[in-house]
Amino acid sequence: MMKKLIIGLFALLPSLTMAAGPSVPLLEANNDLTDKASLQRGAQLFMNYCLGCHQMQYQRYERTFRDIGIPTKMGQEQLIFDGSKVGGHILNAIETDDAAKWFGAAPPDLTLVDRVRGTNWVYTYLKSFYVDESRPFGVNNTVFPSVGMPHVLQELQGVPTARFEEVEEHGVKIQKVVEITTDGSGEMSDDEYDQAARDITNFLAYVGEPSRLESEAIGYKVIAFLIVLFILAFLLKKEYWRDVH
Amino acid sequence: MFGSIIDWIDQRIPMTRVWNMHIAQYPAPKNFNFWYFFGSLAMLVLVNQIVTGIWLTMNYVPSAEGAFASIEYIMRDVEYGWLLRYLHSTGASAFFVVVYLHMFRGMIYGSYQKPRELLWLFGMFIFLALMAEAFMGYLLPWGQMSFWGAQVIISLFGAIPVIGPELTEWIRGDYVISGATLNRFFALHVIALPLVLVILIFLHIIALHEVGSNNPDGVEIKRKKGSVAEEDKAKFKFHEYYTNKKDIVDAIPFHPYYTVKDIVGVVGFLILFCWVVFFAPAMGGFFLEAPNFEAANPLKTPEHIFPVWYFTPFYAILRAIPDKLLGVVAMGASIVVLALLPWIDRGNVKSIRYRCGMHKLNIAQFVVTFIILGWVGATPQTDFKTILSQITTVTYFMFFVLLFVYSKNEKTKPVPERLTK
Amino acid sequence: MSNAPVDNSRRRFLTIATAVVGGVGAVGAAVPFIASWKPSERAKAAGAPVEVDISKLEPGQLIRVEWRGKPVWVVNRTPKMLEQLKAHEDQLRDPASEEPQQPDSSKNGFRSQRDEIFVAVGICTHLGCSPTFLQGAFGEKVEGTEDGFFCPCHGSKFDMAGRVFQNVPAPTNLEIPPYSFIDDTTIIVGVEEGVA
Repeated sequence: MMKKLIIGLFALLPSLTMAAGPSVPLLEANNDLTDKASLQRGAQLFMNYCLGCHQMQYQRYERTFRDIGIPTKMGQEQLIFDGSKVGGHILNAIETDDAAKWFGAAPPDLTLVDRVRGTNWVYTYLKSFYVDESRPFGVNNTVFPSVGMPHVLQELQGVPTARFEEVEEHGVKIQKVVEITTDGSGEMSDDEYDQAARDITNFLAYVGEPSRLESEAIGYKVIAFLIVLFILAFLLKKEYWRDVH
Repeated sequence: MFGSIIDWIDQRIPMTRVWNMHIAQYPAPKNFNFWYFFGSLAMLVLVNQIVTGIWLTMNYVPSAEGAFASIEYIMRDVEYGWLLRYLHSTGASAFFVVVYLHMFRGMIYGSYQKPRELLWLFGMFIFLALMAEAFMGYLLPWGQMSFWGAQVIISLFGAIPVIGPELTEWIRGDYVISGATLNRFFALHVIALPLVLVILIFLHIIALHEVGSNNPDGVEIKRKKGSVAEEDKAKFKFHEYYTNKKDIVDAIPFHPYYTVKDIVGVVGFLILFCWVVFFAPAMGGFFLEAPNFEAANPLKTPEHIFPVWYFTPFYAILRAIPDKLLGVVAMGASIVVLALLPWIDRGNVKSIRYRCGMHKLNIAQFVVTFIILGWVGATPQTDFKTILSQITTVTYFMFFVLLFVYSKNEKTKPVPERLTK
Repeated sequence: MSNAPVDNSRRRFLTIATAVVGGVGAVGAAVPFIASWKPSERAKAAGAPVEVDISKLEPGQLIRVEWRGKPVWVVNRTPKMLEQLKAHEDQLRDPASEEPQQPDSSKNGFRSQRDEIFVAVGICTHLGCSPTFLQGAFGEKVEGTEDGFFCPCHGSKFDMAGRVFQNVPAPTNLEIPPYSFIDDTTIIVGVEEGVA
């Protein structure tokens, strides 16, 4: 009885975790780490649009190419823009001090952004820019209020406009973004942009934990092995305990 | 040939004698249940922590400048480094899981009662050393949670009157947590505390084998010499160290019966453990907290800071009390009071099976209290949770007060003469 | 160890089966620990192939480059040096390079891909010191041979093709690393021709 109670209580634990999330509901990223094409598109978008300001100082090009299925030579020619060695880290040439001067704060390293913020947050962030002339770069972001960067993907998405509604939260009336629409001036349709955001998210999720897929592949084998060993050990125990019972 | 090698060794060190005395001819009660797996599992996790820890130090850089990057180096550049690190980080949490269950076993079956008071105290010292070990180890990745968690916990010492502020500076070796703190924590985490732990565990086991294991019935298996009829004695060969002093009933040799049983427990545990390691090493933010994937920044506190889950019940007691010094005192008392359990419980009956209904309710409320405290300590504070933590802080200590009161003249059920099956 | 009499065959089978499977598990568990000692991605990146510009390498000149942390020599041998190589073959331990101390492309009389350009790992095969290049002063070590390499640690001697002389402690010729010519003036050390 006690045993069941305890096990039940432990099973409840995860559902109680970190009940307080961000105030804006996050979108489901629905990314797929096994989708190499998506990872490759994500890598390409990252190198073209993000790397100018955001580094991945712990991740190496060569390993990245290998993991996401890009031949080293092709990656070297098409995805390394600054002549870095293929064995080197994914860095840019911005001086941290300069960057802090331009943007107010140095653009954060993105190697681990997926693990700090979560996959869904990254995806939602990429889709939550909207025009806000009061901001220095003319845009704001619903999941990252007062964001200090321009909407670099605007040429792909088009100009995003937010529709506000007045809502009451904790007894205070505030203007809240309820919908973001684009003007269609971007190179991509809405669906294509969603996919692009998902690809970048997928790539960042991969970089956050490059060992994820390998880990799971080994994990299945290890657990299958342990189940066999468990059965043997259980039979062995029963056999010996015939002396006792 | 093999026999003569054994003889050669036995003439020089007491290998066979120790093996027989503590393993092959050690009398263990025959009715150990599920709850008796956790001692051997704690040993298994200890070995895992030591081995993976040694391997992690091979690539870890203990400096404020290099620590965070060296962890990512281990995670990305070292072959299987991610596995070594996850084994260690998951092992830390697993250690507390098995130790808490092990302690709970001691509580429900009265394993702390006479003559096992010292055994329980060694266990409490192990628990303290383990908390220190875990706390110092958590600083080493030098992430945001490492830094601010250490900042908060070390600041607790500042609550001590008069010497507090200087004591905190002395512990840190700086005006804030810095590379100096990291280096001394590293030294204590990888050398000093593991040594202390191993010595304490050795003493814990020596004490256990001297008084003998308790069991789910709380009935002693060692009887006064000459008090047991020959046909009632256990039918196995036990070491004369035990049989010369006592008559032994309802016991079986630890090996092979409990070795094969513990193997089942170990493999079962490993299935759960490996599932976490390979599929969910962060365990939803419980085992690895998300802000700790950001390098320590002394100028920016994360939005919410919590200790790792195994400290949260005690942390919740600290937060429940709106006074710095009293909060620290209450938190310390919540651990000290556990160590005093052998003297708080004045009953003669050990096992929950034969104790009064009040005791069963009291233990149940203690479990609920502990879990609520753990939850409150792991989530952002709200007015409701502050009140909840205050209520559960009271019920936490109330467990001990009530136990002290009702155990004096407790109405117990009849305790069987011999072990039940 | 039990003293209770039992029927043993099933018990023995299960004991052995569990022990064997458990042993396999222990070996498997050791793999990550052993594998983690291999050169890491950082070491591999630092040990990546290096390009060497030989356009300014004068005849008779030796330059050192670092590859995988080891000194690699690139020597532009003069025709005279090449000529000498044939003269003292009877004094060498392995004149025809039978030992696998070089890629097949360098298994020839000059131990090189192009006659004059000699590339070798400048580490004595005895105990790992780096031999000294004695240009024009090797005669006092080996009568009649003008140029060669002399190891200051234990006196091993090598000729201008890195071949070891007899009666010295070094057992084998100097190692020739994999390398290839990107063009006439650039060598890449660390990869063999054809493998980019």
